[in-house]
Amino acid sequence: MTATAFSLPDMAGEPRRFPTGRPSLIAFVKEDCATCNLTAPVLEAFHRAWADAADVWMVGQTADGNAILKDRHGLTLPILDDSALRTSLAWGFDIVPAVYWIAPGQEPGAPLEGFVREEWRQLAQRISGELALPPPAVDWPQLPDWRPGCGSKHLDPEIHDRLLAEADGSPIRARRIEVAPSDDIDEFMFDQGFSDGLPLVAPTPERVLRMLTGTRRSPQDIVAIVPPSMAPVTVEKVAINAVMAGCKPEYLPVVLAGVEAVCTDEFNIHGVNATTMGAAPVLIVNGPIRHRIGMNMKQAALGNGNRANATIGRAVRLVVRNVGGARPGGTDRSTLSNPMKFTMCFAEWEEGSPWEPLHVERGFGREDSVITAFAMTSGPVQIVDQESREPDQIAGTLGLGLEGVFLSKIHRIPVDALLVVCPEHVKTLTSQGDYPKARLRERIQAVTARPLREMVANAVSGAGIPVASAAKMTDAVLDSPAPKFADGKFIHIVVAGSEAGKFSAAFHGWLTGSAGSAVVSKKIED
Amino acid sequence: MTTILDPTDERVPVARQITPRTANSPGVIGLLDISKPRGNVLLDELERLLAGRFPEAEIRRYAKPTFAKPCPSDLRLKIKAECNVVVEALAD
Repeated sequence: MTATAFSLPDMAGEPRRFPTGRPSLIAFVKEDCATCNLTAPVLEAFHRAWADAADVWMVGQTADGNAILKDRHGLTLPILDDSALRTSLAWGFDIVPAVYWIAPGQEPGAPLEGFVREEWRQLAQRISGELALPPPAVDWPQLPDWRPGCGSKHLDPEIHDRLLAEADGSPIRARRIEVAPSDDIDEFMFDQGFSDGLPLVAPTPERVLRMLTGTRRSPQDIVAIVPPSMAPVTVEKVAINAVMAGCKPEYLPVVLAGVEAVCTDEFNIHGVNATTMGAAPVLIVNGPIRHRIGMNMKQAALGNGNRANATIGRAVRLVVRNVGGARPGGTDRSTLSNPMKFTMCFAEWEEGSPWEPLHVERGFGREDSVITAFAMTSGPVQIVDQESREPDQIAGTLGLGLEGVFLSKIHRIPVDALLVVCPEHVKTLTSQGDYPKARLRERIQAVTARPLREMVANAVSGAGIPVASAAKMTDAVLDSPAPKFADGKFIHIVVAGSEAGKFSAAFHGWLTGSAGSAVVSKKIED
Repeated sequence: MTTILDPTDERVPVARQITPRTANSPGVIGLLDISKPRGNVLLDELERLLAGRFPEAEIRRYAKPTFAKPCPSDLRLKIKAECNVVVEALAD
């Protein structure tokens, strides 16, 4: 049994099976195609000439159309019903009429598509020769030289996606869930726990197939092992969750790279999810793909309103929820949690930055598209300065704005922070020349340096250095300046936002390093 | 019928989950007769058994106008509003 074998009912409802064991001429047609109507009498003549030695069958793409064709042209040849279009899909032509001449035991070759008189005439001559029968009664000179055919009905976009999803060769392997007509599909998905609390797009096979067109990767490729259930996630499963999140197919490569990034040991999505502190991945996209898929990196970049930003972040979260099984109340133990757990993804405005973009700084090529994942517990926290006009003043403001990470009193913390510098602050920073990131980091450390003794637990706040520990320190130690961060390397800097407004923002990290989470970048498939 | 694809790791069967059980204090028990012949006989016996087992429970009886049609919405909502559990005597 080959892919082109079929059993289709004729107009009497009798099944006709191909291959028949005889030479066969199979012509696919549809009633509303003018060229199919032009050729119907020709096919009828073929049938009358060769019926003793060959099967000449017309395969129509609608049942009603078949009846019309039969009456309109007084056809007697068998007309088969492929209104399900599965046979059309399996034979794989694009245009109707599509005419195949097939010898017994042979597979169908390339069809004649549309009508080219000379091709049809030569085919008729050849068949008559092979069958040793007189030529069919066709008045060839009366026919036009050439007529284009019509697109086959099975290629209508909506039909084609459904057919592909149902075909034996479908790449879909995920469990199919049939939702009864009496069930509300949206409510059903909520009931099954698939949702983050917001409505989902139903992941029908058609939509998932369309989503899979967004990547060249095989649907069954394993993308990552997703904690906490340590379940392997395939490209297909990511695509299903991307559909639910509202992604377009062209976002899929970004989602795949995002899933890869957060599921690394270094990023440690399990810890990020599970911590009572309420951390979430903050995803930053760099490189050419930002423009190709229309990500927002300028006005309102960190907020709502852009489909790519919103749904890519959400899709990554849904994979972790649905495949990894991380849910609030289960392994997600956040005390308060934060809205970044719905989604937090944006692009860097590289063109508006005086610095190397994040991904280049992290070792990738400028033309690479890269997603970088940060584990962050708060943000974006606004840093407001509409008055400073000196570069060092703005840098100072950015430093003071970062002092709140964890608690303003606590310094020398080995914790990541992500600083998003707005274009107007960039302008002031660079108003007197280059202002490298290294200098900005130094400035942040300098303006936040406070005597260690300010970190000792006291009546205002019991947080910080325990009194007993402080008692063992010399005055010199207690007077030594402690900057906010244990090292400047913990300060990550990107540019985004509107060209109007002197408001930068900071995301505050979680437990940074091998015991917690490290920043991870992954290249996005081009 | 709409078909969707399972977004999970497929370790848990997809099914409507049964309602949490009410343990030993069922509260108000509704007995719904769908109006098939002798359904009342079954429910009378069930009512006797339930009353013996849960003396503190209140038992209310309801009946569909006809077994041939779905339960009218008003009746369904009334049962939902009034009862903690419901037993429906289905078929013959």
